[in-house]
Amino acid sequence: MDTTHDMPRTLVLGIGNILWGDEGFGIRAVEEFFRAWSMPEDVAVIDGGTQGLYLVQFVTGADRLLVFDAIDYGLPPGTLKIVRDGEVPKFTGAKKMSLHQTGFQEVLSAADLLGRYPARLALVGCQPLDLENWGGALTDPVRNAVAPAIAAAVDILREWGVAVSPRGAGGCARARLLAHDLDFASYERRAV
Amino acid sequence: MTIQTPNGFSLDNAGKRVVVDPVTRIEGHLRVEVNLDQNNVIRNAVSTGTMWRGIEVILKGRDPRDAWAFTERICGVCTGTHALTSVRAVENALGIAIPENANTIRNIMQLTLQVHDHLVHFYHLHALDWVDVVSALRADPKATSALAQSISPWPLSSPGYFKDLQIRLQKFVDSGQLGPFKNGYWGHPAYKLPPEANLMAVAHYLEALDFQKEIVKIHTVYGGKNPHPNWLVGGVPCAINVDGTGAVGAVNMERLNLVSSIIDQTLAFVEQVYIPDLVAIAGFYKDWLYGGGLSSTSVMSYGDIPEYANDYSDRSLQLPRGVILGGNLKEIFPIDLEAPGEVQEFVTHSWYRYPDESRGLHPYDGVTEPNFALGPATKGTRTNIEALDEGAKYSFIKAPRWKGNAVEVGPLARYIIGYAQGKPEFKEPVDKLLKTLDVPVTALFSTLGRTAARGLECQWAAQKLRYYQDKLVATIKAGDLATANTDRWQPASWPKEAKGVGFTEAPRGALAHWIRIKDTKIDNYQCVVPTTWNGSPRDPKGNIGAFEAALLDTPMADPNQPLEIIRTLHSFDPCLACSTHVMSPDGREMATVTVR
Repeated sequence: MDTTHDMPRTLVLGIGNILWGDEGFGIRAVEEFFRAWSMPEDVAVIDGGTQGLYLVQFVTGADRLLVFDAIDYGLPPGTLKIVRDGEVPKFTGAKKMSLHQTGFQEVLSAADLLGRYPARLALVGCQPLDLENWGGALTDPVRNAVAPAIAAAVDILREWGVAVSPRGAGGCARARLLAHDLDFASYERRAV
Repeated sequence: MTIQTPNGFSLDNAGKRVVVDPVTRIEGHLRVEVNLDQNNVIRNAVSTGTMWRGIEVILKGRDPRDAWAFTERICGVCTGTHALTSVRAVENALGIAIPENANTIRNIMQLTLQVHDHLVHFYHLHALDWVDVVSALRADPKATSALAQSISPWPLSSPGYFKDLQIRLQKFVDSGQLGPFKNGYWGHPAYKLPPEANLMAVAHYLEALDFQKEIVKIHTVYGGKNPHPNWLVGGVPCAINVDGTGAVGAVNMERLNLVSSIIDQTLAFVEQVYIPDLVAIAGFYKDWLYGGGLSSTSVMSYGDIPEYANDYSDRSLQLPRGVILGGNLKEIFPIDLEAPGEVQEFVTHSWYRYPDESRGLHPYDGVTEPNFALGPATKGTRTNIEALDEGAKYSFIKAPRWKGNAVEVGPLARYIIGYAQGKPEFKEPVDKLLKTLDVPVTALFSTLGRTAARGLECQWAAQKLRYYQDKLVATIKAGDLATANTDRWQPASWPKEAKGVGFTEAPRGALAHWIRIKDTKIDNYQCVVPTTWNGSPRDPKGNIGAFEAALLDTPMADPNQPLEIIRTLHSFDPCLACSTHVMSPDGREMATVTVR
């Protein structure tokens, strides 16, 4: 990917599997972030699912990378853990994030090996309560952590000089990362 | 004690037990246990998926038109394949015919996924079973260059290129992090490549990692986005507007040209990098022909890539369809996925409950009720199993059988059936490869044969991509722009009850979804996936599945470093995520190997 560009590019990435209880935290956080905040054109917001190594091209294309993910750090469920820059590769997603058990730190390693590593990194992680609930929703402590996780992400992006701004009420309805009954409310079969 | 399985294998569980858990560099969680004789040859094999799957539970009561989006989330690698299978199942149930352009675009999407998956599998998941990364540090860059130039016109082959790469790799290793290379048994005696071939392969590992992003752009053009491209019951969700002044996001000439150029680059990469590497690497391993398992006797392929829309007959399907049993290549049995007595799943040795477990259930009547219980001969405890009891239930993977037979599925199965049918596009490349390597046709029935078939199929798929892209452009130029049939989009137009089946050939083998629709909602949904076929446990009669069969009779150099086991399992490109579901979280980086 082209690395000679003027505008530093920013990637906001959610990773995890929405079908696995709290493993869906990263996706739900990025989905809600995108619904509530609008971004300048040089910011990409991506629902990375469990794409593992297939995400490497998005990482190598970014100068700044902010990741939402569930992390297992033995904390009380729902606790947020913010990790910055050099500390990020030491953290693993709660589960191996798939593509053949590639942890996200391996995606970062691969980007490093390709010689295109983001200059700034931040991980907004959340301690899950239940990763085993196949087909289940986020548990309450993790669901309650989504709003503070988004607030933390906004602070980090602003510190990086990224001009994020709240969407007006009219913008919210159309700004959906997930559709086809997979969006947060429909998936959990909540009354909307 | 030695026992004979009905499908022709002898099993002896007397010797020491080796447990590999988890098997790394695969999707999902797989555990295998083997028994070795006094010469460290594998005499018994037990393959277990330690996760349970319940997509059926999630989909019950949903809108059938959304099922593809859920199945796309089961797994990180087969996304589009599950989506395609799902929309086909719903269309089959509701009697929806899709336009020709939609069929062609779906073929392009599926072939793109085949090419991408095979390439990533070979370089990023499987090559390290044959290639010793650390040995590459000792290579002479000049000799590496000479080697590369002797096998391919690929331009990235100068001594300086390989020297630079070696320096980069050395820095990486010195930094103490092996990154993507860390789960390896470097220096293992089963590695046979000289340092120069290892360095060349590592270079191509990185080039493939960089190049694969181009291939998936095709999904973005026709699927609207990537990751997680969009699909549509009744066609494809992309409008065609060749003038390019209409709807935002419509496929225009510029995008068609972009796809065309990506296909050219993909063909070049596969033909000038992947295939030459495969031939070069295979040349050093042609004495290591273990791992054939079921491939020499029983293989199955549902077929895929229909030339004509809505026609799933042999005449239309470009990937072969049929079953071979008992090693008789002269007879290819037809498959009927709706016949109650053909595809059936058994749970005698699986952690599920059936009303009568001596019998299998057709997927239309499938039941997914977990029942985790360990057999009396289990060693260890429920939470720390030292050795499973394969005489009882021992896996969260069900045991699917075709008319009672265990079969292997995947690229090798497809190539054996295509070869047996005498189809030149499958037979000729195989014969050419066998001749180049100077090995008999029986060499196909091996781990190496499985790996080779995947490479040949990657080339076949890249060539078919070219064909279908040209076909699409020709149809569009002739004025046919239809991509969707919305006649039966509204649930009011559906019958009160309906059922249907959709199938594809996923990169790793035959895949089908069976759906029952009642009052416009999903009433039952069952997926039987390739790794369920290949990774299945024993059935009520004692027949073993493809993984278990393939591991038998393989000698291990060092039971503590099970490279040979990993190599053979990886040759199937196992994908456990949709076969089963995680039972216990596991943060371990390396496979734990226990020898008892």
